[in-house]
Amino acid sequence: MNAMMAQPSTQRMMIGSVLLLIVFLAAWQWLPGLFGIPAFIIPPASTVWDEFLHMLANDRLVYHTVITALQVLAGFVLGVILGMVVGFVLGMSQAAEFMLSPYILALQIAPKVAFAPLFVIWFGYTVYPKILVAVLIVFFPVMINVLGAVRAIDPDIVRLARSFTASRFQVFWKVEFPAAMPPFFAGLRIAATLAVIGVVVGELVGGNTGLGYLLTFGEGAGNTAMVFVAIILLTLIGIVLYAVIVAIENRVLHYLPARARKIT
Amino acid sequence: MSAIRLEFRAVTKRFPAQRRGDAPVTAVQNVSFTVADGEVVSIIGPSGCGKSTLLNMGSGLDPATSGEVFVDGERVTRPNEHVAFMLQKDLLLPWRTIRQNVEFGLEIQGRPTADRHRIAEELLVKCRLQDFIHHYPHQLSGGMRQRAALARTLAVDPAVLLMDEPFSALDAQTKMVLQQDLGRTLADTGKTALFITHDLAEAIALSDRVLVMSQRPGTIIEEIKVDIPDRDNPMERRKSPKVGPYVSALMELLHIDQAAA
Repeated sequence: MNAMMAQPSTQRMMIGSVLLLIVFLAAWQWLPGLFGIPAFIIPPASTVWDEFLHMLANDRLVYHTVITALQVLAGFVLGVILGMVVGFVLGMSQAAEFMLSPYILALQIAPKVAFAPLFVIWFGYTVYPKILVAVLIVFFPVMINVLGAVRAIDPDIVRLARSFTASRFQVFWKVEFPAAMPPFFAGLRIAATLAVIGVVVGELVGGNTGLGYLLTFGEGAGNTAMVFVAIILLTLIGIVLYAVIVAIENRVLHYLPARARKIT
Repeated sequence: MSAIRLEFRAVTKRFPAQRRGDAPVTAVQNVSFTVADGEVVSIIGPSGCGKSTLLNMGSGLDPATSGEVFVDGERVTRPNEHVAFMLQKDLLLPWRTIRQNVEFGLEIQGRPTADRHRIAEELLVKCRLQDFIHHYPHQLSGGMRQRAALARTLAVDPAVLLMDEPFSALDAQTKMVLQQDLGRTLADTGKTALFITHDLAEAIALSDRVLVMSQRPGTIIEEIKVDIPDRDNPMERRKSPKVGPYVSALMELLHIDQAAA
């Protein structure tokens, strides 16, 4: 009943969405010219497209994109694992949280991207500084969310498990871990967008690979269209990562009321 | 006289003071009682009299400050497989289906999958939840969720069930239906139960004996044997003319009229 009523409006929304995209692209193509904005400030959509094709053919664009994407993935995965482990450890041990929280807070307040030059000094123009910045920036939202989730578990559920003679590990595996999943995924969504930032900053600071390098190269050459292409591709990497997270989340958290309602 | 399943022997529980300088709080003082095999005993008392503390000590989650608790003659020092508890909150895990929730205790105790499924499904039929085996807790009503919690408690086949106001969050009618379910199930399975409640009528409808506790420090001030037939049928029992006098006697003991004046 509900779904039948929702069907036409969803379709209408889709049409609206596509129309909006066309309007946007048209505005991008012709409005700057109408207002007399030169192409080196805002290159029209067609110029950016041409530049994209040119870069594909001459600037090893696929190679640079893949490098950046792999660094994002590596930084994301490592940062998530680290954030999850530390989040659970701090969540389960009052003592660990008490002793470590000042350092973690300091590290959280410090602007993570500012570490990029330091990492370049340490590791040179390799992939490591980029991955490391991403790890650092991804770590916090994941850790904070997991920590908060472990803290928020109803102690009576843990007591119930213990009354069934659960070991410490069983309490973790059967109660704490699954209970932390919804906030964990909320952290992952934030982390997915941050991972791209971390890698780009690393690439801007040093190196000759990746989309961040093409950004600085385009800037130096006064090639605005190239900068646009790099920005769009970076955004796409972020969108793909985000979509993968959402897809996994939908599978793992299928039991949540809102999702269950959508399915049935 | 049948065997003693649960025994509290001179149990006292003191909690350390919240603030420095305060005296430690004695929640329960010198409590002794026994529950025989197949018997259902209720504990009633004013709020904060340490009823739940008794239950925690019985389940082995909290040690007694002094005195001992025995289940089947074995001293309770930590959680064990002979006791299972059930609270006002159903504590169903939202990421598990109803069957998986019922299997929770069995899983922790390492029972094989086939056994777990068989036991869970049998109990879910008994608790009239057979159509909801693969549903998630949020898809069930409060009464159904509490029935699932009962099935989870029974699944581990405990010698003694400890129940802490399991129905107090339910509406009056659902509550009566669940009391009926519980009364039947306890009679069918011959289980022993210690039932904590503040509902006088509930205590009378469900139990063989009612223990009355005093204000903190809680101690047992009276034991009342409920001499009404149909313990396996609380619905019928409630209709008995004998219920009224029992309720009056309990009200007297708890000084409920004075609290209202």
